[in-house]
Amino acid sequence: MTLHEIKELLDAEVLIGENQLGMEVKTAFVADLMSDVLAFATAGSLLITGLTNPQVVRTADVLDIAAVLMGRGKRPSQETFQLAEELNIPILTTKFILFEIAGRLYANGMRGCIEKVGSK
Amino acid sequence: MDEKPLFDGSFSVVGGGNYDNAGEVSTSIKTILKKMGLPGDVVRKVALVSYEAEINIVSYARKGMIRLRVVSDRIMIEAIDEGQGIPDIELAMQPGWSTANQKTREMGFGAGMGLCNIKTFSDTFHISSEVGKGTHLKIIINTNSSSLQ
Repeated sequence: MTLHEIKELLDAEVLIGENQLGMEVKTAFVADLMSDVLAFATAGSLLITGLTNPQVVRTADVLDIAAVLMGRGKRPSQETFQLAEELNIPILTTKFILFEIAGRLYANGMRGCIEKVGSK
Repeated sequence: MDEKPLFDGSFSVVGGGNYDNAGEVSTSIKTILKKMGLPGDVVRKVALVSYEAEINIVSYARKGMIRLRVVSDRIMIEAIDEGQGIPDIELAMQPGWSTANQKTREMGFGAGMGLCNIKTFSDTFHISSEVGKGTHLKIIINTNSSSLQ
């Protein structure tokens, strides 16, 4: 699935990365706890979160996350926006809640970056 | 052991719960390792470990530093801080155990995963701490020697 398809599917607004919408993303991880993202998310995945502080972008950068999707209408703080611009990490925002985001993406072929903890 | 490092540098980390630049050191470390041509998965592991260590310094110490040394077959990361220290290391290493404050939790950390994550992603992990003085982490991540020129 491309970022463009994700945008269409979730009626999302692209805040950063309009020029990267052709990027292909196959897996995703949902969390508001960045330590869990660090523990389990894989490179090239979509990070779906309700958190908006700059550590979301730092975490995405550290893990080579493809893009950040903020749910429940959350928008990045100004510091978060600036850091994402600097590190070239796409940010999308949608009004859908995280459960709906995950469900709709899964129904369209997106998969979790792992299925269960303790498995690879 | 006395091999001349390909890189040896220290980065200071602001502590005291100031998250304004938290993660900056790990971004710098990642950039350096990428430029050296190390494999992506190794760079990612080092950045992850250094980032958790950096967040720990910001969250729990007055100040600290991260030292990065790269030799032909491994990367050594040391995180040294001046702070409250850890009274019971065994307890602190347990997943889910945390003394984090609200501010740290708002940042998406402080769920008692940091030290476990560091250990999981390290090939060698050593921690020592003195109450009232600070904590010292020594981490080694092995690289494939053929990946370095």
